[in-house]
Amino acid sequence: MSGFRLAQGGAIDRDRRLHFRFNGELLMGFSGDTLASALLANGVSTIARSFKYHRRRGIYAAGAEEPNAIVTIGQGDRASPNLKATQVPLYDGLVATSVNCWPSVEFDLGALASLVGRFLPAGFYYKTFMRPDWHLFEPWIRRAAGLGQAPRVDDADRYDHAHAHCDVLVVGAGPSGLAAALAASRSGARVILADDQPGFGGRLLSDGGAIDDAPAQAWLDTAQAELGAAGHVTLLKRTNVFGYYDHNLLGAYEEIALPGSPSGDSRPAGRLWHIRAGRVVLATGAFERPLVFGANDLPGVMLASAVRSYVARYAVAPGQRAIVATNNDDAYRTALALLDAGVEIACIVDARSGVESALVRAVRARGVKISSGSHLGRALGSRYVTGAEIQRLGGGTRRIDADVIAVSGGWNPAVHLFCQSGGRLAFDAQRAAFVPSVSVQAERSAGASAGRFALGAALEQGSMAGFWAAKRETSSVAVAHATDIAETPLTPLWEIKGGGKAWVDLQSDVTADDVRLAVRENYVSVEHLKRYTTLGMASDQGKTSNVNGLAILAAATGREIASVGTTRFRPPYDPIPIGAVAGRKRGALYHPRLTLPMRDWHEANGAVFEDYGSWSRPAAYPRGRETLDDAIQREARHVRLAVGIFDGSPLGKIEVEGPDAAIFVDRLYVGAMSTLPVGRVRYGLMLTEHGIVTDDGVCARLAPERFLVGTSSAAASRMAAVMEEWLQGEWPNLRVFATPVTHQWDVITLTGPRARDLIAALGTDIDLGKAAFPHMAWRAGRIAGVSARVLRVSFTGELSYEINVAVRAAAELWARIVAAGQAFDLMPFGVESLMTLRIEKGYVHVGSETDGTSVPDDIGMGGAIARKASDFIGRRSLLRAEATRADRNQLVGLIPEDRTARLQAGAHLLGEGARDGSEGFVTSACWSPTLDHAVALGLLRRGRTRKGERVIVFDDGREIPARVVEPCFIDSKGARLDV
Amino acid sequence: MLLITCPHCGARDENEFSCGGQAHIARPGPPEAVGDAEWARYLFERDNPKGMHFERWVHRHGCGQWFNVARDTVTHEIKAIYGALEPKPDLP
Repeated sequence: MSGFRLAQGGAIDRDRRLHFRFNGELLMGFSGDTLASALLANGVSTIARSFKYHRRRGIYAAGAEEPNAIVTIGQGDRASPNLKATQVPLYDGLVATSVNCWPSVEFDLGALASLVGRFLPAGFYYKTFMRPDWHLFEPWIRRAAGLGQAPRVDDADRYDHAHAHCDVLVVGAGPSGLAAALAASRSGARVILADDQPGFGGRLLSDGGAIDDAPAQAWLDTAQAELGAAGHVTLLKRTNVFGYYDHNLLGAYEEIALPGSPSGDSRPAGRLWHIRAGRVVLATGAFERPLVFGANDLPGVMLASAVRSYVARYAVAPGQRAIVATNNDDAYRTALALLDAGVEIACIVDARSGVESALVRAVRARGVKISSGSHLGRALGSRYVTGAEIQRLGGGTRRIDADVIAVSGGWNPAVHLFCQSGGRLAFDAQRAAFVPSVSVQAERSAGASAGRFALGAALEQGSMAGFWAAKRETSSVAVAHATDIAETPLTPLWEIKGGGKAWVDLQSDVTADDVRLAVRENYVSVEHLKRYTTLGMASDQGKTSNVNGLAILAAATGREIASVGTTRFRPPYDPIPIGAVAGRKRGALYHPRLTLPMRDWHEANGAVFEDYGSWSRPAAYPRGRETLDDAIQREARHVRLAVGIFDGSPLGKIEVEGPDAAIFVDRLYVGAMSTLPVGRVRYGLMLTEHGIVTDDGVCARLAPERFLVGTSSAAASRMAAVMEEWLQGEWPNLRVFATPVTHQWDVITLTGPRARDLIAALGTDIDLGKAAFPHMAWRAGRIAGVSARVLRVSFTGELSYEINVAVRAAAELWARIVAAGQAFDLMPFGVESLMTLRIEKGYVHVGSETDGTSVPDDIGMGGAIARKASDFIGRRSLLRAEATRADRNQLVGLIPEDRTARLQAGAHLLGEGARDGSEGFVTSACWSPTLDHAVALGLLRRGRTRKGERVIVFDDGREIPARVVEPCFIDSKGARLDV
Repeated sequence: MLLITCPHCGARDENEFSCGGQAHIARPGPPEAVGDAEWARYLFERDNPKGMHFERWVHRHGCGQWFNVARDTVTHEIKAIYGALEPKPDLP
């Protein structure tokens, strides 16, 4: 094979030379080239090595269906592996390297795999490399697998997302797509027209032809100008419409920057479009079918339409002496294009006999030898094509010299998006192709993708589809016309035998024999064939192999092709970068965080932030060279001795108000809430309908018909949603509103023995006396002049005031508290310190002491239920046998016998003596600053009957003896709160 | 991604909504009158049709209203959208 640049022609800009490197070698091309056309023009024949056998691979096609020319573009954090050279626009400074070869594509050690090829058929790994232990072979099989190398650094490219709505989306800007877009645009519809090429025109760019009695290029130019000028039309080039989803939502990836480009290009790499279309026209074209014959994978074997693409668009001849092998008329266009470019045609090998159509006669008139009724049995050559062996129908073979073999087995409509939309295919026997048959969504196919390959037919169908899409019944609008010549139908030719190993899927290295092997192994479903042989599973997704493969399967199993069917089509139609799907949701934007109103103050005071659910909150406030653990111990100790300040704003708050509010809260909570007096606060548990503890919190009665329901910080929005669901769906007759107010109130918690004194020093009109303001009550008034609602509730076990203020007043009050707090040694403390304090007190944290199986009695809160007569969410489920089992896991406290040992949440609990497996686990643990040893809470089988028992805490191999105790380590009588 | 017409807000993308599963499931009660089998049916048994499914959706990132949808589980065509408290419509 010796490709070369033609002296004239092509849509390249010969005034703009570009330099690029391929495997280190400096080469030259022109603006307008793809990497593939430039490589061909430079006479490069081996581009890569095949996946399994490491055979030489050359450029095969000219577009997305390219199976062979896989390259890595760029280097370092801009490297893009596994791109197809046919889709890479050439630019100055482009760096491309071959994949799957070492040390080089010319001298590849992997080629030794060919020597043991007979041991590596499809599915070989199910039978070989098993004994003595397949793990021995796995590392080097993994290293050998795959094509390119994934970059080892983060993708430095940026990707954007865009959302668009339109009346009409036209996919494909070939003749039928442009006709559809023009019809829709002229009908006044908002149109989006997308094509994966850098320029519109599709096959017009390579096949030319005449439209409206003028050269096709002229029509193309006018059409683009008209669409470009229309304000209601959006044109997307280099855009791969990769997925067709529900309700006419399509995904498209628009390439913007150049692939693998150095950091000088500041544009985003691409844009992922979410397009919701009223109606869709699929004008996605068709892929030429290869012929399957011996050694058909040699560099120099190419699709016939690709050969004329390279000649017409890029002025590149793939060789000097060509054989054209075909079963149809269309390949004769390639012969004519080659002849016009001055390339010699060694002969045409036509499987049909007695063909007298216009194209065939035109080629014969140029003096080209046509071998009718013949098959191309085998490509000859070792590193590239040097000739071919032709089989004659009557018998015998003949050798012909050539350096390029252009093959055509017919055309397969590109039905991927149609099938993704849910549409069903039918097998058109005359065209020997699957065509769209029954649509499910509001879409229509037009042109080659509907099986209308001829230009005139494609234009007409495109126009009609465009009017339909724009919801115009008739058209007085002018449409484009072309006259089609008559062509003789093809003769289906799925495989030519007798020439040795014949490839079906070039990228996956699957041969026709592999298909028959799958059949022998009884993998006769087309889906099994795919997975057993990996046919169609490479980055070209079988665009040139699926139909040939299933046709060979049909022949091998004695079935009709139609009944074999195709495998399921799934997005993406052509690969897209994973970074494009992520878009900007990376790094800091990956996980949206809620920030506290007082965040600046926390930060200024040394807070270390952690994520707690959706909130970013201070874990602790380390000072100087303290470790986080030191800070936690210091803060917790200080709260018990003096007073601490804590930001409790994320606590959920939902106002439940209305004449039936009391009835509603009774249905919500396990315990009675309607009996709560105004001014008091009560702790409550909430269950799912399955009886499982879902959240807990305090409830304050603000007025006879008004409750403030508290939830845990993590469950705030979830519980509000639960309330709405019940009110709207099950109890619509209850006269009550549930209004989330979590983000309206900032909560400043002052807790510790000196808390009351501090509030008094700030000045308040609230009577803070023990009788006037007891524990589990709330009062409203002013503190330091700021209007507040104060709840006396405690999660620390110390005297505690949760001061609720409007968020806009928080900063002011916080500042006044901190200023006055200096005299009381006020210290800020974070969530981790709070957790230490609550564990010491044995206060449960839903999600730690409870899991998806926990019922109230497990955590010692089953008593309230018997005292309540009315129904509540989950009540019935508590009567199930499972919920009343005597040997359920129950909340206990644990203290290690070795007072220096540390306990870990998640550690298992084992009984002493006979070990029946895990009997529970540690749910929360901390180092108690008050007791100066570790304490833990846990769930232990029959735990409440085992107080005083010795158990083993099993922590990652270590066994720590511990004593089962009451789940409360400090002030079990609550004296510190009774002040 | 489905395009769902919220009765209050109009046509919106599916990701603004949350699906609440099968619709028209009555909650049995009072608790003392419900047997284990009936309660289990209420908690766990759901239809799994290849075809028309009547289900509940809420416009979570919008107006917050619940409503019912009749959706074909094969084609995802939405045949009807009606109020949360309305009865199951007769559909061909």
